[in-house]
Amino acid sequence: MAAKISYADVEVGTELPAQSFPVTRDTLVRYAGASGDFNPIHWNEKFATEVGLPNVIAHGMFTMAEAIRVVTDWVGDPAAVVEYGVRFTKPVIVPNDDKGALIEVGAKVAALLDGNRVRVDLTATSDGQKVLGMSRAVVQLA
Amino acid sequence: MALDQSFVGRAYPPTAPYEVGREKIREFAEAVGDTNPAYTDPEAAKALGHSDVIAPPTFVFAITFKAAGQVVQDPQLGLDYSRVVHGDQKFAYKRPVRAGDRLSVTSTIEAVRSMAGNDILDIRGDVHDESGEHVVTAWTKLVARAAEEA
Repeated sequence: MAAKISYADVEVGTELPAQSFPVTRDTLVRYAGASGDFNPIHWNEKFATEVGLPNVIAHGMFTMAEAIRVVTDWVGDPAAVVEYGVRFTKPVIVPNDDKGALIEVGAKVAALLDGNRVRVDLTATSDGQKVLGMSRAVVQLA
Repeated sequence: MALDQSFVGRAYPPTAPYEVGREKIREFAEAVGDTNPAYTDPEAAKALGHSDVIAPPTFVFAITFKAAGQVVQDPQLGLDYSRVVHGDQKFAYKRPVRAGDRLSVTSTIEAVRSMAGNDILDIRGDVHDESGEHVVTAWTKLVARAAEEA
């Protein structure tokens, strides 16, 4: 374990650098292949609308993977993330155009825990909608 | 139709080992656009104290979700998978997943509920390596949306 952030250097409210992650249909096809989740709601507009969705949506697990990058980029060693949980509150809708969607992620230290650990609370929005709820990670700091 | 409450606590047999490959980790990291060298460069991973490249935190879901297929496709349980959405996901790591791991998953049904016509299923996946060491536990909440009125 080699976290580059020291427990002594953070306090409740410390903000992690926010990041924005673009998502296009191309991104989703790559993620489907890498993750093995080929559910057509993530690439087939006809199928997605037939099951009542407004359009193709991003995999919830893709959004979850993007959000935690705010933490892993901050702490340096991804293994410092010892717990990570989210609730999928709204889908990220990915139109079939050049822009796609944007997932905007912010995070801050919400609690100081024993053993040089902290709880980080994340926020993730897309198109003004909160897409993850109860998004929390426990991180082992140096 | 509401799911059978008697399935709560049911554990399914461990899956055959999944061997974690360096190139699969690289493919996953590229798919999420993550350039952290710990995912692709063994030397960078070693500099952080790991024996080989490690996987991003959500990588293991592909393995635990496949294992959860034993549950969602259990004909006795009768979940309508075409109406399933992913509600919550949580991981608790004992150590990171790394290249060379041979991982088995034991899936257990933790809760079965019905709310407003939706069926809600909580599945826990305990992931162990070849030596039996606990690596990570994944909790997956699936919601089968109520069928629309005809």
